[in-house]
Amino acid sequence: MAQYEAVIGLEVHVELKTDTKIFCHSSTEFGADPNHHVCPVCLGLPGVLPVVNKKVVEYAIKAGLALNCRIAAFSKFDRKNYYYPDLPKNYQISQYDLPIAEHGCLEINVHGVDKRIGITRLHMEEDAGKLVHHGTISSTPFSLVDYNRTGVPLIEIVSEPDMRSADEAVAYLEKLKAIIQYTGVSDCKMQEGSLRCDANISVRPAGQAELGTKAEIKNMNSFKALHKAVSYEIQRQIKLLESGGKVVQETRTWDEARGETLSMRSKEEAHDYRYLPDPDLAPLVIDRAWVEAIKAGLPELPDARRQRLVTAYGLPEYDAMVLTSSRELADYYEECVQIYNNPKLVSNWVMGELARMMNAGGQDIQEVRISPAQLAKLLQLLAEGTISGRIARTVLEEMFNTGKDAGKVIEEQGLVQISDTGLIEKVVDEVIATNPKSVEDYRSGKEKAIGFLVGQVMKSTKGKANPGLVNELLKEKLNK
Amino acid sequence: MISIKDVEHVALLARLSLTEDEKQVYGKQLSDILENVRKLQDLNTEGVPPTAHVLDLQNVFREDRLGEHMPVDQVLANAPDRQDNFFKVPKIM
Repeated sequence: MAQYEAVIGLEVHVELKTDTKIFCHSSTEFGADPNHHVCPVCLGLPGVLPVVNKKVVEYAIKAGLALNCRIAAFSKFDRKNYYYPDLPKNYQISQYDLPIAEHGCLEINVHGVDKRIGITRLHMEEDAGKLVHHGTISSTPFSLVDYNRTGVPLIEIVSEPDMRSADEAVAYLEKLKAIIQYTGVSDCKMQEGSLRCDANISVRPAGQAELGTKAEIKNMNSFKALHKAVSYEIQRQIKLLESGGKVVQETRTWDEARGETLSMRSKEEAHDYRYLPDPDLAPLVIDRAWVEAIKAGLPELPDARRQRLVTAYGLPEYDAMVLTSSRELADYYEECVQIYNNPKLVSNWVMGELARMMNAGGQDIQEVRISPAQLAKLLQLLAEGTISGRIARTVLEEMFNTGKDAGKVIEEQGLVQISDTGLIEKVVDEVIATNPKSVEDYRSGKEKAIGFLVGQVMKSTKGKANPGLVNELLKEKLNK
Repeated sequence: MISIKDVEHVALLARLSLTEDEKQVYGKQLSDILENVRKLQDLNTEGVPPTAHVLDLQNVFREDRLGEHMPVDQVLANAPDRQDNFFKVPKIM
């Protein structure tokens, strides 16, 4: 069997976090009642005049700069024509040949290897409305249309076909999301659709320069879905070629329930959008001074912050990468370290126990009830030996659920570590007396048997005995 | 000259269903329109820079400030049909 290489490019749509829409004063707020955030402009009523929201242009420039793009000196809006009920005007205002930003790149790291992924272009456009179907989409004869989202500002970011695996595609999207979030121009919530991703995928025999025929995959609503869909599609195309078939250029949709990509019946004879410059909108002439001012206002971006965490706190590269994956997580970490300067301990707990609880509850760091100061205090109590690691986990869990201070939880549940030698000695004696088999095993050279005995002591003290002391006392008595 | 195939293509994009007679009529009309517009090609544009807009305007911006929304009944006044506060249209796949 020949070796195949996959070629992947991503098109990512990001909703910008402005108060109003791109060409009118209607609200962009998510979750309003259907058709309550509309005005004559977003409805495309006759005689209206769209006027571009200055903040949208500023945000697009900001995102373009963060992605190392060249910002256009001259840019304009075009009409992309297609007939579909999600667009009341029957065209979408977008940018065709003169996008606001081009020729960017970002760096990804997959399995320890750094790679640069090119960004072809970044352009501004308006979002379309939402179609709602009661019952299943195949059985209902009607679409219900909500135009609240119509005209919400988007940037579309098109990558070069530089990715070669599902892992690289996911790494690219994660990095893109982090960078955009750091700039603050979007909250990039995939579950609310403020970050959406389509993938162009083709395969070719290894070593062949010419690209294979590509399929466009839509409807991937999470990183997991992106990974599964890309992996599936690569295998589908390879199998197709291996069995003598041909890949057809088409749009396919990811069906999460079936775990497959399915061909979408073609909406149009061809993609014939008949772009034309929008005569309602004046061209943009971008002043260099404006671009420089926006550049000066860019925050520290993920790569720079990762580097700084390594040099400033002596963190391993891996820790720094995980902690800087979102601006809020990095902020949380640094705030915690500022209060309690033990960078590696804080990192271990943020990336370990805290992340585990967040994942289990599907929460972001912003939603966590434990403040950085509260976590700092807990870790201080741990490092000072007031509580053991095991107890600290229990306390953290309670803090996570209730938002209480560590000290309060420890007091309420009587969890202070027992470091009273006399008390522990008493329990150790009991355990030695009631477990002669393990005692004998240990004395005959099976050193591991001590683990069981330590466990017994911890059990009868409900985990509160200082483990170091328990070990010490047990060894002392057993070696007598 | 616009071919019948061109007419069919444009009709499909515009979601129009045309009879054979109509295709002939519209084909002729579209050809006439294009022929008229083609006359612009005869103009000498030597030294005239390309333009993206007919007016000498640039950077017309609005501030990111909220305005009034339309009352929902007014929004739906022109809807072919409605269900609750949604526009109701035939499903297009």
